[in-house]
Amino acid sequence: MNTATREAYGNTLVELIDKNKDVVVLDADLAHATKTLKFSQKCPERFFNMGIAEADMIGTAAGLATCGKIPFASTFAVFATGRAFDQVRNTVCYPNLNVKIVGSHAGITVGPDGGSHEAIEDIAIMRSLPDMSVIVPSDDVEARAAVLAAAEIKGPMYLRMARVASPTYHKEDYVFEFGKGELVKDGKDVTIIATGIMVPKALEAARALAEDGIEAQVVNIHTIKPLDEKMVVECAKKTGRVITVEEATVYGGLGSAVCEVLSDKYPVPVRRIGVQDKFGKSGDPDKLLEEYGLTSKKIMETAQKMLRGE
Amino acid sequence: MQCKVLLVKDMSNVKEMAKQMRIDIIEEVAAAGSGHPGGSLSVTDIMAALYFDKMNIDPKNPKWEDRDRLVLSKGHVAPALYAALAEKGYFDREDLKTLRKNDSFLQGHPDMKKTPGVDVSTGSLGQGLSIANGMALAGRMNCKNYYVYVILGDGEIQEGQVWEAAMSSAHYKLDHVIAFLDFNGLQIDGTNEEVMNVNPVDEKFRSFGWNVQVIDGHDCDAISAAVDEAKKKAGKPNIIICKTVKGKGVSFMENEVGWHGTAPNAEQAAKALEELRAI
Repeated sequence: MNTATREAYGNTLVELIDKNKDVVVLDADLAHATKTLKFSQKCPERFFNMGIAEADMIGTAAGLATCGKIPFASTFAVFATGRAFDQVRNTVCYPNLNVKIVGSHAGITVGPDGGSHEAIEDIAIMRSLPDMSVIVPSDDVEARAAVLAAAEIKGPMYLRMARVASPTYHKEDYVFEFGKGELVKDGKDVTIIATGIMVPKALEAARALAEDGIEAQVVNIHTIKPLDEKMVVECAKKTGRVITVEEATVYGGLGSAVCEVLSDKYPVPVRRIGVQDKFGKSGDPDKLLEEYGLTSKKIMETAQKMLRGE
Repeated sequence: MQCKVLLVKDMSNVKEMAKQMRIDIIEEVAAAGSGHPGGSLSVTDIMAALYFDKMNIDPKNPKWEDRDRLVLSKGHVAPALYAALAEKGYFDREDLKTLRKNDSFLQGHPDMKKTPGVDVSTGSLGQGLSIANGMALAGRMNCKNYYVYVILGDGEIQEGQVWEAAMSSAHYKLDHVIAFLDFNGLQIDGTNEEVMNVNPVDEKFRSFGWNVQVIDGHDCDAISAAVDEAKKKAGKPNIIICKTVKGKGVSFMENEVGWHGTAPNAEQAAKALEELRAI
């Protein structure tokens, strides 16, 4: 409850020890942080620390996958997707191998470590790869469900986990549907499509907007790719106004994905809330979220502006 | 009187296959109008020794779980791999002339999704050893005894990932990884020494915890013996550094930088084939 998605990831890997004998785990000297440590302690024969060598880790995972293993390769999101991008592209996606790349500590909520460690571009670059699926869980319950699903679904996958704890809003019996958007709250005036830790903030904003007489719809898109285009279009048809929210750059991630679909199928105004093409920096995670405009207040103000026709 | 009977392995079949593969390579690349003849010809004897002597494989069953694997880390010499696979019976020899063409199952660089017998897709240099390590780790976990052969290029070892993987091979004691270095001394912009010196290669691998052998990469007997030697050593990965000649077998290609990635025209191909057939 109310734990970070990276915690849930680590715990679910331990569940998978018995649930799926083909699952193996790799890390790049960050097992304490990524939470693969528990798996490594309980099942050392299926855990491989590759040291500070992310490219090697991804390649090794690919080799394991060619022999029927289901590797979960973990490191910080910025290194998993950036440093090892060629490996992800050419050795995982191009041959369409069953490797799950788990990028932890994504977004600016990494906090004190600063910009070099704060991945804002990871969703965008993973999304650009053919045959890659991209999942961003929004709470610990969903993270568990997503990791369990990832072990069952064939093909390259990128899962994005957060460093910081965020409020749990899914019930224990939540059913995760890969590739489907989740209508968390219905409404008719504006649609807020959010992902990851921004979903609880979207819900907060919706509650505040309701007091203002504005009925906001909140949609959780955990599967950025393949995107639930049908749902996105249905929401746009219902409200005519869309706001996207992500702890990532506004270039290329969820917001862009939504714009692509709507401009093609049902053009409506879309406002993208996210990191406005700036690198992250050091600081307290909550203060950084404030500074970068990733708050329920910002969502609320954006909705109000849209309704005023601004 | 005592008689010593020395059993000498008959490698004549391997030599025949190598000769045929060189012919295949020239025909492939000429038909494609592009490709990498130089490196394909330097690696041919290694490839022939593997496919026609050492590897435990079944062309009727390319996905056989217990098979030996080959990772062609220097993926651009796909023509040599395709020649070996065709001659071994994974697909029809006739198909070799479709190399690099639209809708061909023989892509410019090895594509495991399309070509039977290709164990993994490669092309971006420096990645194959990592993949081979993964295959070997899986083999160990699954209690299999297969070997994983990896072929690296000399320019390729300039890629840092090769050394990440070399560390891993030793750390995880992957004695079922047997690597070959196709050491022809040339790359695209010049010789290794001109572009980015890689020497001393043997010392580098030794210091990374590998067993190292250095042989003539065009001597099939030596290649075979080196593999046997490698298999005797437990607990450490093996590399067989093969001194080779880029463009081997075609007089005007031998040791020429320019033949790295250029296809012979019709006239040049005819001359090359004439030479190769006369071997």
